[in-house]
Amino acid sequence: MNKKYKKVDSKFYLIKNSKFFPCISLGKLLLPLAFIFTISSFGQDADPVKGKALFNSNCAACHKLDKKMTGPALRGVEDRLYNDEGLDREWLYKWIRNSSSLIKSGDDYANKIYAEYNGAAMTAYPQLSDDDLNNILAYTAQEKPAPVIKAVEVSPTGGNTSNGISNEIILGVFAFMFLLLSLGLFVVNKTLRSFAAQNNIQLPTKKKSTRKPLWKAFVDNQFLMLCSAIIMLLVSAYFVYGFLMQIGVNQGYEPVQPIHYSHKIHSGDNEIDCNYCHSSARVSKHSGIPSLNVCMNCHKSIYEYNGETTEEYSKEFYDAEIQKLYKAVGWDDESQEYTGETQAVKWVRIHNLPDFSYFNHAQHVSVGGIECQTCHGPVEEMEIMYQYSPLTMGWCINCHRETNVKVKDNQYYEKIHEQLSKKYGVEKLTAAQMGGLECGKCHY
Amino acid sequence: MKNIFKILIITLVIGSLISCNSKDSRNYEYMPNMYRSIPYDTYGEYDNFVDGNSALIPPEGTIARGYSLFEFENNTAGYELAKKQLKSPFTSSAEVDIKTGKELYNIYCAVCHGSKGAGQGILVKREKILGIPSYSDVGRAINEGSIYHTIYYGKNSMGSYAGQLNEDERWLVTHYVLKLKSDLEN
Repeated sequence: MNKKYKKVDSKFYLIKNSKFFPCISLGKLLLPLAFIFTISSFGQDADPVKGKALFNSNCAACHKLDKKMTGPALRGVEDRLYNDEGLDREWLYKWIRNSSSLIKSGDDYANKIYAEYNGAAMTAYPQLSDDDLNNILAYTAQEKPAPVIKAVEVSPTGGNTSNGISNEIILGVFAFMFLLLSLGLFVVNKTLRSFAAQNNIQLPTKKKSTRKPLWKAFVDNQFLMLCSAIIMLLVSAYFVYGFLMQIGVNQGYEPVQPIHYSHKIHSGDNEIDCNYCHSSARVSKHSGIPSLNVCMNCHKSIYEYNGETTEEYSKEFYDAEIQKLYKAVGWDDESQEYTGETQAVKWVRIHNLPDFSYFNHAQHVSVGGIECQTCHGPVEEMEIMYQYSPLTMGWCINCHRETNVKVKDNQYYEKIHEQLSKKYGVEKLTAAQMGGLECGKCHY
Repeated sequence: MKNIFKILIITLVIGSLISCNSKDSRNYEYMPNMYRSIPYDTYGEYDNFVDGNSALIPPEGTIARGYSLFEFENNTAGYELAKKQLKSPFTSSAEVDIKTGKELYNIYCAVCHGSKGAGQGILVKREKILGIPSYSDVGRAINEGSIYHTIYYGKNSMGSYAGQLNEDERWLVTHYVLKLKSDLEN
């Protein structure tokens, strides 16, 4: 039997190489293949572990086992095709290796599925051998693992430990005893006093002090008063100055955003470059807030969170945030289609310079080669984004005084660098020496 | 005596003002009309736009300055046509700035496709996204036209990168991908 199949396969190779090579719908091919594996005796030697590796490297871009993606879900694909369509593993072989030739040959099911997925052609996989395909099909034939039931966590503060008495009851008993004791003391005190009154015993009373109170002595001393008044004035002046200087400074501003976007997960854990999302920082004044299609570049495939979680930020929490994204961008995850119903996401702007000062991202990022973190802080560690730097003029100026301009390999700076370094008698010029302190550079 | 109380009260008021500063809200401004711009701010919310949203898509039938018309359609037929007909504007390899192409590739593509183009980017290694093919995949047999078409429109699970890369940058990345492909094949 095997021989027979091989013959068929080689035939298809020829066809593919000569004509249909470029475009074959992988999804379609894979589906039938998977089915074949499960049912038949072919599957005996197939190794689902190897199949998983092959599946992940070749098929997973468009297929998931239990979820429709670019192509259909593939769990039990071989059984399904065999039972529903009467197609065998051989059909799957043909489909996976070259779906377009199968479609062109007029095969009913091939054309049906091609139409169902709007003519998205599955890539051809002529390089996969029978064994490879058998392994992949063995992998898709595996039963869905039962969801792991989480063990009920025993809270350490809860009282249902060995003695069976909750902390609250113990506390309640203590409180009750304390109440009884204080009541007892009160009663004893009252009784003793009434005894004293009956027996005409004079209880000692407090003597009135004739000493001058401390505060009065202090107020009477003119010199001390003057000194303390000066100190108080200076201290309050310090605080008033501090208060006035922080007006308009938003350092530490950490607003709640409409979608909880974690920079820690994206740029920290997954090491996505800042410029990936903030793509206009390279070329424009603004760093750019990514439009939602940038999110969907990845989140078309990533529909759930599988990373580390904490009590506050659980998997359910993150999954709900991804759903918020889908809702805003109008993505129906079930049918893998855009619905066209979109909602604007009103991100809250964090970094905002006043209108009277000019700042250009491209100038700093592309020309200056400044790391984003220099101004924005350790963004890759921020679960919630906040303003790291004060963004005050003093802060800008300070950096301009300390930072050497990158002039290497930059012809624009060659001449001016030569002249200015002669003027200042230095090897390396700071931004300030190149005019980075001039008012008109930022205020005009 | 009265002095001390006055000073104390002032200090307390100032202190409470400072401590009331919440992380969720912006600080006070001296003169808001110098802080807020009169012209439209980027991403600002203004009543005269639909939903107040100033981040808009260009009107249909217009081409932004510095861009040109891309005549291949966003479907399989367009992809096949691009594969056959679309040619790079860079005619000689000397015009291609491989260094910039590499930088751009490492920002936008390497997270999934890997810095060598073998489909082993960090998202693949961390099993966030699976099944990224190698550029040397024989079944796909990518060429300059198909690479550019894919960057422009996306393909399967890959999204469009036309918003993140301009025309020249897309061609630079295309040439770098071709270089990676030939490196992989040899």
